[in-house]
Amino acid sequence: MNQPIIQIKDLYKSYPSKSGLAVALEHINLDIYPGEIFGIIGMSGAGKSTLVRCINFLEKPTSGTVIFDGQDLSTLSRKELCKARQSMGMIFQQFNLLMQRTALQNICFPMEIAGTKKEQAIARARELLKLVDMENKEDAYPSQLSGGQKQRVAIARALATNPKVLLCDEATSALDPKTTRAILNLLKDISKRLGITVIIITHEMAVIEEICQRVAIIDNHVIAETGTVADVFSRPKEEATKRLVYPEERKLPDFRSAHCYRLIFDGTAAKEPVISNMIMECKTPVNIVAADTRVIEGETFGQMIIQIPDEVNQVNLQRILVYLENKHISVEEVSECLNLS
Amino acid sequence: MLEFIMSLCATTAQNGQMILENTGISIYIVLLSTLFSYLFGIPTGIILVVTAKDGIHPMPVFNQILGVIVNLLRSVPFLLMIFMIMPITMVITGTSFGPNATIVPLVFSAAPFVARLIESSLREIDFGVIEAAQSMGASNWQIITKVMLPESGPSLLVGAAIAATTILGYSAMAGVLGGGGLGDVAIRYGYYRYEKPLMYICIILLVIITQIVQEAGLRISVKSDKRLH
Ligand SMILES: Nc1ncnc2c1ncn2[C@@H]1O[C@H](COP(=O)(O)OP(=O)(O)O)[C@@H](O)[C@H]1O
Ligand SMILES: [Mg+2]
Repeated sequence: MNQPIIQIKDLYKSYPSKSGLAVALEHINLDIYPGEIFGIIGMSGAGKSTLVRCINFLEKPTSGTVIFDGQDLSTLSRKELCKARQSMGMIFQQFNLLMQRTALQNICFPMEIAGTKKEQAIARARELLKLVDMENKEDAYPSQLSGGQKQRVAIARALATNPKVLLCDEATSALDPKTTRAILNLLKDISKRLGITVIIITHEMAVIEEICQRVAIIDNHVIAETGTVADVFSRPKEEATKRLVYPEERKLPDFRSAHCYRLIFDGTAAKEPVISNMIMECKTPVNIVAADTRVIEGETFGQMIIQIPDEVNQVNLQRILVYLENKHISVEEVSECLNLS
Repeated sequence: MLEFIMSLCATTAQNGQMILENTGISIYIVLLSTLFSYLFGIPTGIILVVTAKDGIHPMPVFNQILGVIVNLLRSVPFLLMIFMIMPITMVITGTSFGPNATIVPLVFSAAPFVARLIESSLREIDFGVIEAAQSMGASNWQIITKVMLPESGPSLLVGAAIAATTILGYSAMAGVLGGGGLGDVAIRYGYYRYEKPLMYICIILLVIITQIVQEAGLRISVKSDKRLH
């Protein structure tokens, strides 16, 4: 690939705290290339926001360098830095729109800052509203918009000054799954159409899987792993990655003190794989302890004993019992699990 | 009761000219004092917010010193302020008497109060919005003029109504300077000459003006606030 648009070299960031220094980022190295959608994922408190804020120098790194589009940001004067930031749009979890301005005025805001002529700014803002599919909302105030609509306006605003990079800090974390998908698709579309580099910060794997090409896993203030999304998620090498990919390490249900139920099939049961359907429907694992059933002329007769793990709550238990009843299977609780007589 | 109302009417008829004149003086004093208090209070309030530890241009030591000065001025009782700054009043207005001489101590007392009002309004803004402006390359001056002030507009308006009514209350005390105005009349006639009806009329007028200013401030604020629509 060509020259990286963003190069982070050996970046450290620490904050003064009561007990000396609190490290937020350590030994961060990243190369991000033009046009790619790059994900940074990690648990809460890992340092993601700090990292993204170091990229546009909202936060000054304690040491290390950030090179954006060929310029080392630490060498820039305040004025030059402001100029450089106009080439980096940013969107946030809480949208951060100006509440006293309309959608159109919000999008004009970065152009006012950059000194764009008013008519020109308005024309561009209208164009952008169209791009984010909000052209009929130009006079709406943020308080009149839904979360997804606010984020669309925020995206349009971030694009107003024709940035090369779009930084997204948990941009979909305040949105419902459907809106999240729509916003992610919009970002993908924008990246493709405008050739913008997008950096996605998130704590959700699904977001990365949906649109990112490459991903960095940040864990406990360091980057644990970097690579293509397919590689990293299908063959996680590091502990931290595994923790993300397999959240809450699937515990096997504890059947030791399980409740046992006897199911009686009297030939009237529905002709379907009742038990596996029940498991899928009720999302509860059951253990088949013993079964003595046979199929006679397409009807099932006999009985079966199943165990339902102890940690299954009353609601789910009830669902199972109702489910079986609807399938014409009579159920009775039994105390001794291995008693099939 | 009827008798009381009758006496108020009679007094009003007799002193109509004077009441009108002093209502005008009250409004003049309050308007100018509020204006000058804001002239000094706005920059001070902004500086208090901007230079705070978590502000956009932290200067903690300076901020502390400024905070102490503001608090010192605020803790001087108004009556004492009048006498304390008498020399300054003389220099500025050339007199220690009359409406203009009242305005100077009013501004000294109200400006620090206004500064705190402005400070608290500006602090209501979500820092995320300021951060967004920074991410777009806004300078601190642009953040103050294009984000902090416009975004806290409705809250500033409520503050202005509170400031004006508070100043109106203070201005009554300025009667000791013969400053004129409704408060002055109420004290001179009601307290010193036992002309109770005239005093009541002045008080009623003060209450009405306070109500109008307060209510108008609140309504304009609500109407201008785009967060509530
Ligand atoms: N301004 C700050 N002052 C002190 N500590 C901070 C500051 N910002 C972040 N931190 C600390 O840095 C760490 C990383 O925070 P952050 O980057 O916000 O994490 P994330 O976005 O991954 O949840 C946290 O431990 C947090 O407490
Ligand atoms: Mg964060």
